[in-house]
Amino acid sequence: MEEINALFHGFSVALSPFNLMLMFIGVILGVIIGVLPGLGGANGIAILLPLTFTMPPTSAIIMLSCIYWGALFGGAITSILFNIPGEPWSVATTFDGYPMAQQGRAGEALTAAFTSSFIGAFVAVVMITFLAPLIAKLALKFGSPEFFSVYFLTFCSFIGMGKGSPWKTLAAMMLGFALACVGMDNMTGQQRLNFGSMELVRGFDFLIAVIGLFGIGEILISMEEGLAFSGSSARIDPKIVIETWKKLPKYWMTSMRSCLVGCWMGITPGGATPASFMSYGIAKRMSPNGAKFGTGQIEGVIAPETAAHAAGTSALLPMLSLGIPGSPTAAVLLGGLLIWGLQPGPLLFVEKKDFVWGLIASMYLGNIAGLIIVLTCVPLFAAILRIPFSIIAPVIIVICAIGAYTVHNAIFEVWLMLAFGVVGYVFKKLDYPMAPMVLALVLGKGAEDSFRNAIKGSQGDFSVFFANGLVGSIMTLGLVMLLWPLVNKLRGK
Amino acid sequence: MNSEQKPEAGDRPVVSNRTMEIVVAGLLLLLGLTFGIASYNLGAGWSEDGPQSGYFPFYINLMIVIASAVTLMQAIRSKTPRPREAFVSTGQLRQIMAVLIPAAVYVLGVQLFGIYLASAVYITVFMVWLGKYSWGKSLALGVTISVAVYFMFEIWFKVSLHKGSWFDPLSLFGL
Repeated sequence: MEEINALFHGFSVALSPFNLMLMFIGVILGVIIGVLPGLGGANGIAILLPLTFTMPPTSAIIMLSCIYWGALFGGAITSILFNIPGEPWSVATTFDGYPMAQQGRAGEALTAAFTSSFIGAFVAVVMITFLAPLIAKLALKFGSPEFFSVYFLTFCSFIGMGKGSPWKTLAAMMLGFALACVGMDNMTGQQRLNFGSMELVRGFDFLIAVIGLFGIGEILISMEEGLAFSGSSARIDPKIVIETWKKLPKYWMTSMRSCLVGCWMGITPGGATPASFMSYGIAKRMSPNGAKFGTGQIEGVIAPETAAHAAGTSALLPMLSLGIPGSPTAAVLLGGLLIWGLQPGPLLFVEKKDFVWGLIASMYLGNIAGLIIVLTCVPLFAAILRIPFSIIAPVIIVICAIGAYTVHNAIFEVWLMLAFGVVGYVFKKLDYPMAPMVLALVLGKGAEDSFRNAIKGSQGDFSVFFANGLVGSIMTLGLVMLLWPLVNKLRGK
Repeated sequence: MNSEQKPEAGDRPVVSNRTMEIVVAGLLLLLGLTFGIASYNLGAGWSEDGPQSGYFPFYINLMIVIASAVTLMQAIRSKTPRPREAFVSTGQLRQIMAVLIPAAVYVLGVQLFGIYLASAVYITVFMVWLGKYSWGKSLALGVTISVAVYFMFEIWFKVSLHKGSWFDPLSLFGL
């Protein structure tokens, strides 16, 4: 078992006292980010990136990924106690979590949520441990057409899986690609689409887009809703934890199903949000208590939380093994890796074994650290939510501005962030999806390079994308995804 | 939450969802056209070393044009009640502007006077104006956060932040 050995080596890397400390700091920061409106996994990590520049890469990525775990945990706290989903993927948790809190079962709901989050993430990490090296090995044989086909599948999945108008998804996604094209052309060194502006030669950095769209946009939305934080208070004492844990094994089928849904949705870039809804829906249909869902059923908390964490974690699988992230947050982590000169993808598993296995080991440890922290510190995090919005809002905008400035040390980018904030607000209200836009902005250059290299190699012959079984079947799967909304529409008639 | 954040009486819609859909799709269409034409002029064809710089962006923007044209048509033709609903009402718009305009002034402040002074002033004014806190409390928090940011970035993590193009207030302290 080569993977087991590698993993144990990874544990020895991750278990240094310094890295353990970073893990705890990361999880705490992550939960705070997850609890605050306007800061989420993606933009929270984007803002905290510069703080890790002086650390060794392995420690830095351990801290960043722990922030991510923390943010995943944090979303559940606000959903259950305040009926405010701190993150989009915890919307489904409010359906049964908040009624439970109102019935005075907040501790039970939180324990169930945290434990199932942990189980979901754990299953996904086990899957990453064994599947990622295999996929990386396979991907070592990939040429440009194969890589393009994976990009193609990634983006077609957004259209196939999206809930809203496929045309809006397409428009938002292509806007991301178009913005990614602005600046220097990688292959010819030519400046393009900058319309003479020197500031635009740098191009649009996706970190700015993430901070603006998700950060400022979110603040504007919350401001409009005039959030009133009136929630139940909660304290988790060990007795409740033990009692809830005794109940949980009864729902092992729900957990298993949710893990499967989550892992699948995380690898194909469906993401944590649809995974949580889908899992909630399935649990509702399959459970004998299905009709009572929405009134405070513990299963209604287990299902979405397990799936969201499984999806959030397995989104890192394509990021690590192919260099193609499955979610905006995974994309920000990828951006971090690039800053340290680490090119995620199949070669990373060969050249930077220490790093990859250190990271995978830290996923196990980070989740355990996360579970301990959230179970013990809930009252503290709930208190953060009671800070009035008129204090939180300016502080978050200041933090966003600092984050945007540090990306390129340019004040222009701070203005850009503000502009993206307005775009984010309008897009969110009109149901233009932002995840595909951000991913297109990150992956645009890579997709373009692989596409151009592929057709350059074939002298402009597009049959190169169907030249062998592998690339052909990935492309076909992509086309099926692309045409899925059309099929659905025809079936509906 | 504070009283001024409740929707006020006489809350009228400013713009309907349908109008906003049309405006956004129209803007995207315009952007797609502008970028598309620029890519075409750059060379969207084939040179001896493969596709030219404008090749990929040209087709990307072609898709923006198609997708936003369809969205535009759908928005114009839609007759369901939802599009008639307000995209934003006067009260909501006032709330949003109460965040957006100070934020823009803040960024201008950062540009001219550096991030530390601007942040302290911004947090203080925001708290007094929207949160109705006392000047003393607000100022204390604003300054504390600015100082904390200074220590965190400039001292511990050695990341230099914007110092202001007109006047650097830190020079007063000899920093």
